Amino acid sequence: MTATQEAEEAVFVFDAEEAARARQRRMERFGRWALPIIVVALTIWGWDRVIVSNNIPHYILPRPGLVLETLIKDWPILLNALLVTLQTTVLALAVAVIGGVGLAVLFTQSKFIEMSFYPYAVILQVTPVVSIAPLIFIYVDSKTVGLLICAWIVAFFPILSNTTLGLNSADHNLRDLFRIYGASRWQQLRLLRLPAALPYFLGGLRIAGGLALIGSVVAEYVAGTGGVGSGLAFTILEAGYRLNIPRMFAALLLIAGVGVVIFMALSFLSWALLHKWHESALKREV
Amino acid sequence: MEDLVTGAAQIPAAPARSRPQTGDGAPILSMRHVTKVFGGKVMALEGMSLDIHEGDFVSLLGPSGCGKSTALRLVAGLIRPTSGRIDWGGGQQKGDIGVVFQEPTLMPWATVAQNVWLPLRLRGKSFRSVEADVKEALDLVGLGNFLDAYPRELSGGMKMRVSIARALVTRPRLILMDEPFAALDEITRHKLNDDLLALRARIGATIVFVTHSVFESVFLSNRIVVMAARPGRVLTELAVEAPYPRADEYRSTPDYAHHCGAATAALHQAMGEG
Repeated sequence: MTATQEAEEAVFVFDAEEAARARQRRMERFGRWALPIIVVALTIWGWDRVIVSNNIPHYILPRPGLVLETLIKDWPILLNALLVTLQTTVLALAVAVIGGVGLAVLFTQSKFIEMSFYPYAVILQVTPVVSIAPLIFIYVDSKTVGLLICAWIVAFFPILSNTTLGLNSADHNLRDLFRIYGASRWQQLRLLRLPAALPYFLGGLRIAGGLALIGSVVAEYVAGTGGVGSGLAFTILEAGYRLNIPRMFAALLLIAGVGVVIFMALSFLSWALLHKWHESALKREV
Repeated sequence: MEDLVTGAAQIPAAPARSRPQTGDGAPILSMRHVTKVFGGKVMALEGMSLDIHEGDFVSLLGPSGCGKSTALRLVAGLIRPTSGRIDWGGGQQKGDIGVVFQEPTLMPWATVAQNVWLPLRLRGKSFRSVEADVKEALDLVGLGNFLDAYPRELSGGMKMRVSIARALVTRPRLILMDEPFAALDEITRHKLNDDLLALRARIGATIVFVTHSVFESVFLSNRIVVMAARPGRVLTELAVEAPYPRADEYRSTPDYAHHCGAATAALHQAMGEG
């Protein structure tokens, strides 16, 4: 009697290992958002202290407060520049998605097309965009189109290679099944290959999002010309010429912010499309 | 009973034709001296002849490399014979078949109902128009309440049931099963074997079942085609004349034990020759 009672109680005892594990989980949950905030806050505070204690003038390294002030004061200029860069980035990403997925589908439809064109895709990818950009701006009249081409060159390859891999990764037995039931090429593509490629495509898209931003910023540097409709990179260049270092920092902050937002948006998209069925988006049951 | 047992024990036996269910006589599938050579040098299957009649449950039993999966792929039309003929009853060009693979082979991005809908969808049927058929097929395998579940939410045995429902949904004349339960644990496997026979009794399906399990083949089939390897070929055919329905109790009868012994002996012979 007492033995069984003891046994029953023992089942509900939170043993030391379980308690430690629960503590670990609580710490991790807390640390996930608290640690990055603490580290960033400490960095900013350290940055401020270094300037104050060394009497560094603001035209060499501005204090964080001044950067924030500039961000607010120059907001109209910066916002315009931000929108220009953002427009190039989003357009380039859209064209990269269309071009990358389209080429990947063509590649999987015909081995010969893949053999013929894959080398060009690789060459475009491995050639640094800074070295192609000047040529592009010679041959393309419109600056917007030139920027778009540069950003596209950088962004489309991860989408192409990932989507090609995904389209070819459809389960072999499922392919047989589709053949047995007489599926057309189009049905096979739409119902089997494209869904199978979706997780791979989304992985490529997340990389491409960041690359599209890098591509458009680099292209802006190369294009260089100012005036209305110039992006954040040109704002940085121009502020550099004028030794307006706080504005350089403010623009840099915006570029980094845009990059983070793009990454988060694409991560959310990925989760939204995959969480129902794909391993990568599933919570593991302990 | 006694002579049934001895009849099955003769090795090699003349191809026995035992059919508890009476058909109209003409086979629904007829393979004549079918040979398949891969790459001009690997003889995967040599001179296989086999007639499948309405209501048959035929097991292809043999060691790996005996060409049983090749035979199934030939029947499914996924590959063509190097020589020989495969004829379908009623002068059809192509078999009206359903297939169950060793893996459940479900689309992970689609719900259970969408997976079962697939064969009909590929024939241009909208979900609305075949919803009742999809539901019925899932009811038959006991998953009528899981229409909106995703495959990842199901156990291995349940996934296999969905796969079987998908093969049933077109009401094919012949169902091909390629070691469907090989990856499952013994308990689940027994349960699915029982259920498969119950299902067969309800819908009167004709089944060709590839397996390397003697016990499974004896329990399920009325005909066991024993195959040997290198080159893959038919060694002998055994008849299991025990009447359907066979329940779990059949596994403890002397008749079952005897057939298992006979099939094991035939399999040993197949491996010795291979």
